Amino acid sequence: MPKYMLMFVGRDDWYDKQSKEELANAYKPIMAWWDDLTKTGVIKGGEELGPQRTATSVRRVNGSMKVTDGPFIESKETVGGFALIEVEDLDKAIAIAKSWPGGDVEVRPIVEHGA
Amino acid sequence: MAAVFHEEAGRLTAALVKRLGNFDLAEECVQDALVAALEHWPRSGIPDNPGAWLMTTAHRKGIDRLRRETRYRDKVAQLEEPPMTQASSMPDERLELIFTCCHPALAREAQLALTLRSVAGLTTAEIARAFLQSEATVAQRLVRAKRKIVDAKIPFRVPEGHELPDRVSEVLAVLYLMFNEGYLATGSRGATDRDLASEAEWLTSLLARLMPDEPEVLGLLALMRFNLARADARFDEGGEIVLLRDQDRSKWDRSVIEDTLLLVGRFLRMRGPGPYQLQALIAGAHADAKSWDTTRWPEILRSYDALVALGDTPVVRLNRAIALWHVDGPAVALAEVDTLAGALDSYHLYHATRAELLRALGRAADARTADERALERTENPAERALLTKRLARRPR
Repeated sequence: MPKYMLMFVGRDDWYDKQSKEELANAYKPIMAWWDDLTKTGVIKGGEELGPQRTATSVRRVNGSMKVTDGPFIESKETVGGFALIEVEDLDKAIAIAKSWPGGDVEVRPIVEHGA
Repeated sequence: MAAVFHEEAGRLTAALVKRLGNFDLAEECVQDALVAALEHWPRSGIPDNPGAWLMTTAHRKGIDRLRRETRYRDKVAQLEEPPMTQASSMPDERLELIFTCCHPALAREAQLALTLRSVAGLTTAEIARAFLQSEATVAQRLVRAKRKIVDAKIPFRVPEGHELPDRVSEVLAVLYLMFNEGYLATGSRGATDRDLASEAEWLTSLLARLMPDEPEVLGLLALMRFNLARADARFDEGGEIVLLRDQDRSKWDRSVIEDTLLLVGRFLRMRGPGPYQLQALIAGAHADAKSWDTTRWPEILRSYDALVALGDTPVVRLNRAIALWHVDGPAVALAEVDTLAGALDSYHLYHATRAELLRALGRAADARTADERALERTENPAERALLTKRLARRPR
């Protein structure tokens, strides 16, 4: 069955504006969503990512690897987490993405080598 | 023979895409079969069952191609099962094909090109001419779309249950855009080119045959047919626009209008209202009127009110204002139009409509300014000609 990566897109500054309680409430449906889909075997893996300010970029510059602070592309909207899912086709993947209780989602197929 | 090809090209493509899961290969086989038909049928006559003949030929050509090309070797088995030869039992999978071509994960331009190519059987060159684009651009768009279908695994199926309404709207949006693209174009295309408006009408009638219980499909079909029935009266001999009010209504195709009114009756009985049906009701009220003065404006205004209730957009309100003018007078309509200034300042028809209303109110100088603004905001040659003429007619 094909696999897809769901990339959850949001704004880092959203987190800073939430109180502890608001944040806990916001996570409840997300946790429930995640548990459900993990139990039914749709989610094969995934994590939440730290904000862009924690990012480090490692770039190949003239044959050597240069380490710099920050993401590759600075933007307000950023990938804040991801889930690897296994479903029949893109329609199913889109349906799962639509049920995500957080913000926006980018859906990308996983490339299978030698399949 | 053209009618047979129109009907069968999409059927064959659908059946082969289903079997092979590969648009390119399916299209190549269909093309081969159609070329073979062009060679044989003029000599031996159109076979009793042209669909089955083409299907058998497409299969045979497909197997030939597969054997030649190693990249397709694993597909041979799928084609070696004999195709069904009875037309009655040959499955029609064009609905699946339509939903795949109009999948929301594809860009609008790709949806348009792919639907015309795969379902209606237009060549890449024909699509390019219809959109006034280069063949290379269209070819590349098709390649990208087909690649995405394969790579992202867009399924070949009719969406079910709760997914269906959104997906039907998506298909209708593609067909509506295709229709307008053709209908608004003004003779800049060659007379022999297959025109987008009738192609869109054909596709929508196909959709209506495949989904007979969807009122919005019938609504869009009726809307297109009412417009096509009046198409010949829209331009004069010099290619200039003739406004609805001034059109020679004897040029309208009465039999198409009568048939389409029956179609309106069909969707009204389904009691599932929607924006295309409302637009069809408006177009139908115009088509059914003997003259501009006897137009049933209150009925048209009610349809616009319902349309605004479904989706309140400035353009719908602008069109509604014309009906409002004929029901409540130009002053009321102008007040309504003026509330749209912020949203529609860059839209030429906003200014052209204001000009009409100002003229009706006897404010000639203001009307002239509004017409000038409209002229500054359109590139369409026929519209420019109309506005220029209007400005020239009146002394300063």
